[in-house]
Amino acid sequence: MKVSDLVKIEGFKTVTLNDDTQIIKNAYTGDLLSDVIANVGEDSVLITVQAHKNTIAVCSLSSMPAIIICNGRSCPDDMIKAAAENDISIFTTDDTQFGASVKIAKALNL
Amino acid sequence: MQEIPISTYSSPTVVLDLIYRLKVKDVMYKDLVCANMDSTLREIQHLMKSKKITGVPIVQGKRLIGLVSMDDIIQALDKGYIEEPCKAYMSRNIIVLEDDMPISFAINYFDKFSFHRFPVLNREKELIGMITSRDITATLLVEINREIELLEKAQAKNNPPQLNNINGEIHSYNIIKHDFENAGYASTQIKKKLKTGGVATPIIRRAAIASYEMEMNIVVHSNGGQLIATYTPEKVIISAQDRGPGIKDLEKALTPGWTTANDWIRSLGFGAGMGLPNVKNVSDDFSITSGPKGTTVTCTINLHKKDEEKINES
Repeated sequence: MKVSDLVKIEGFKTVTLNDDTQIIKNAYTGDLLSDVIANVGEDSVLITVQAHKNTIAVCSLSSMPAIIICNGRSCPDDMIKAAAENDISIFTTDDTQFGASVKIAKALNL
Repeated sequence: MQEIPISTYSSPTVVLDLIYRLKVKDVMYKDLVCANMDSTLREIQHLMKSKKITGVPIVQGKRLIGLVSMDDIIQALDKGYIEEPCKAYMSRNIIVLEDDMPISFAINYFDKFSFHRFPVLNREKELIGMITSRDITATLLVEINREIELLEKAQAKNNPPQLNNINGEIHSYNIIKHDFENAGYASTQIKKKLKTGGVATPIIRRAAIASYEMEMNIVVHSNGGQLIATYTPEKVIISAQDRGPGIKDLEKALTPGWTTANDWIRSLGFGAGMGLPNVKNVSDDFSITSGPKGTTVTCTINLHKKDEEKINES
């Protein structure tokens, strides 16, 4: 699916949409950025609670086009700005990481 | 103590150029607060207070004839002549600067004499400004910044980045302790460089992992340091060099899951004890040395494909 399809998932809200035509084939759920960068596959959406600028760096280095921030956490401005600079989209949800992961797995028919 | 700690003969050429090129008139302040001979010391005291200054030149027309300093006021208060006109008590032996003098003169004057300010006269001996050591340091700082910017630009022009051609370049990035704000910048630059050089994606990925972990290690654990990327046609060598405090037990540091990070760093998603093991995993060659003066981690990544990566990609 496309990044723009993520907002169609129930409870997902757009924080910033950048290059929403990028394709998502998989997802990775994790809050340890070292674990994420070491194991994530390409074209994955990141499901995490790490709402700060360094998450953008990890996504950019691992070619992840989108992030779902869970548990209703809000994103600081410098994170949103960095996301725009790196063509990464951010969505928030009140779901837990598990809840968000299940929804994305269904949307991806995994 | 030197009032302005800059040598007027043995500084770098750029600085010497500046202190001889800049004239006193470029640095002095011109909105003068003056008094005349008949002003009482009390009036001058009020003037100092309301204008927040510590020295008032005494003029007759445009001619400087004396100077009343905070010291003179204190003396007057002490000895009880504060209500009298200043002409009998002002300093008359005044050392002045000329507006066309280079500021190197002013720097020497501040070192030689214990005055905090000098009046500035033009060729017609008219008072046109005052100069303090603060005016000089502020202007010098601005000018030195400008010069450094020009030097950096010139340097970049002499060594233009060679796109699509990875050959013998060395890029060095300064990494500051606990600078989470900019963490990831150096790694992103290295990734971009490899991408424009046409390196295969799985190899770029390994370089990105290694450089990011090394960069974060400097941010999280060290007193600051540098990330240095050396590009050759065959490989990229990424080296992290920090200024201490060193790793006490290297074997433990290379054990997955072992960490010395505090709760704050862990709450940001770092300090999981995966950094160095990750770097080692993705490197074709890996080495580490550590002492109290600093740690150096060097990782080499070959830019031609390994067999398994060819298979993975097909």
